[in-house]
Amino acid sequence: MAKVLDNPRPTAKERLAKIGEQMQGSQAWNSIFRPGSIFRKGYTDSPRNRSYVIMNSVLYHLHPVKVKRHAVKVSYTLCLGGLSFFLFILLTVTGIFLMFFYRPTGANAWEDIQMLQTSVTFGLLVRNMHRWGAHLMVLSVFLHMARVFYHGAYKPPREFNWVIGVILLTLTLLLSFTGYLLPWDQLALWAVTVGTNMMGYSPLVGNQVRFVLLGGVEIGSETLLRWYVLHVIMFPFIIIIFMAIHFWRVRKDGGISGPL
Amino acid sequence: MTEIPEHLLKRAQAARDKAAGGDAGGAAGGDRIPGDLLDRTKAASDGAAAVVATAPVGGGVPVGAGPGGHTQRLLTVVKSGSIQEAKAAPVDKVHTWPHLLAVEFVAALACTAFLFVFSWVVNAPLLQAADFNKTPNPSKAPWYFLGLQELLTMFHPMIAGVTLPGMGLVALILAPYLDRNASNKPEDRKFMTSMMTMFLMFWAVLTIIGSFFRGPGFNFTFPWRDGIFFEL
Repeated sequence: MAKVLDNPRPTAKERLAKIGEQMQGSQAWNSIFRPGSIFRKGYTDSPRNRSYVIMNSVLYHLHPVKVKRHAVKVSYTLCLGGLSFFLFILLTVTGIFLMFFYRPTGANAWEDIQMLQTSVTFGLLVRNMHRWGAHLMVLSVFLHMARVFYHGAYKPPREFNWVIGVILLTLTLLLSFTGYLLPWDQLALWAVTVGTNMMGYSPLVGNQVRFVLLGGVEIGSETLLRWYVLHVIMFPFIIIIFMAIHFWRVRKDGGISGPL
Repeated sequence: MTEIPEHLLKRAQAARDKAAGGDAGGAAGGDRIPGDLLDRTKAASDGAAAVVATAPVGGGVPVGAGPGGHTQRLLTVVKSGSIQEAKAAPVDKVHTWPHLLAVEFVAALACTAFLFVFSWVVNAPLLQAADFNKTPNPSKAPWYFLGLQELLTMFHPMIAGVTLPGMGLVALILAPYLDRNASNKPEDRKFMTSMMTMFLMFWAVLTIIGSFFRGPGFNFTFPWRDGIFFEL
């Protein structure tokens, strides 16, 4: 009896803490979270752990362990490059969701969108986010370019990264433009008609390029399939390659430019 | 033969003297070091001494026998300035975690929140299903091409649709190679800054006119008089 009084039953809170500690000390947990992870047992704020957080994370190690002090000022970058990348990720996620409910044929496309908006849970919201996010990305990439120019950040040794940036801007416009056709409504059809008619004016190859892109002399069901493939696979694939080079060059060229 | 600085020779001499004295001291005060180790050291230094005795005959190089009986020879003296020259001034840096990641996280969160609320309130347009027989009036390209469409009303398609935008794109790509000014200070870059501002304003004004000031037949209108003919 005395023994029981000496060791009162542990409270639920204590038990929970014990279970948490056991879990954090387990082999499985430690195999998932690499040394320096803030989720690991006994994480403390030390210069060494701050470095590990970056080095031991597949996503964060895009960054160097340390950056110039002025580079973390929001007033310098306005976060525009990072936000462009973030919007790209957001568009990829929402785009994958939309792909589940969409068939790129003249007979189905518009009705699928209509169905998505009226019958699919969160369908309308996700479509809205995809569309507004796309416009926002065009805007943020464009503003990022202006910001880089006004800071003179395209100057040596960053000349080539600027060129890649212009390519990325073009690809962003192409991604947005190919996506514009997919709802297959009057707005999409005639905006793309106007856009591709402009393309036909290019000398020598203009009409051939237009023919290949449209899958014929006029926009039709073939165009829809082609632009769908371009929009969901080909341009994202190309833009990811150029983004990888772009981010890699930022570091190889000595990090972010400035200070002014 | 490199001349050996005097102070180094002195130091070597002092070390040699100390080693000679240390041997004697070690033998006397053997209370701290085991006897067998001392014997081994002594045997080694005897052997080294034999080597030292023979070496000067060949090279005539000053040779010093260290405490452990090692022979040491100074090869060269490198002055610190010649190899440790600092080429770049140290840069003021901060840890990416937490300083940069926190900023990025907040920015991403704010962006998501904005997009979420905006998408909640404003619906994306979905007009009637595509109909090849009904051409809407006006027919407009997506907003980022409206500057181009506006340009097409002013010039021949060959100029407005190909030459001007092509030149703009090429100029943009070549900007870092054409701009020979190495400074990034705003006060040194007034020319390039004004060029870019004019370029951006040119497209912005064309885009705004194409978006809001063009009505049926792509004719000029005032949005406050005839309404807005513009869909995102």
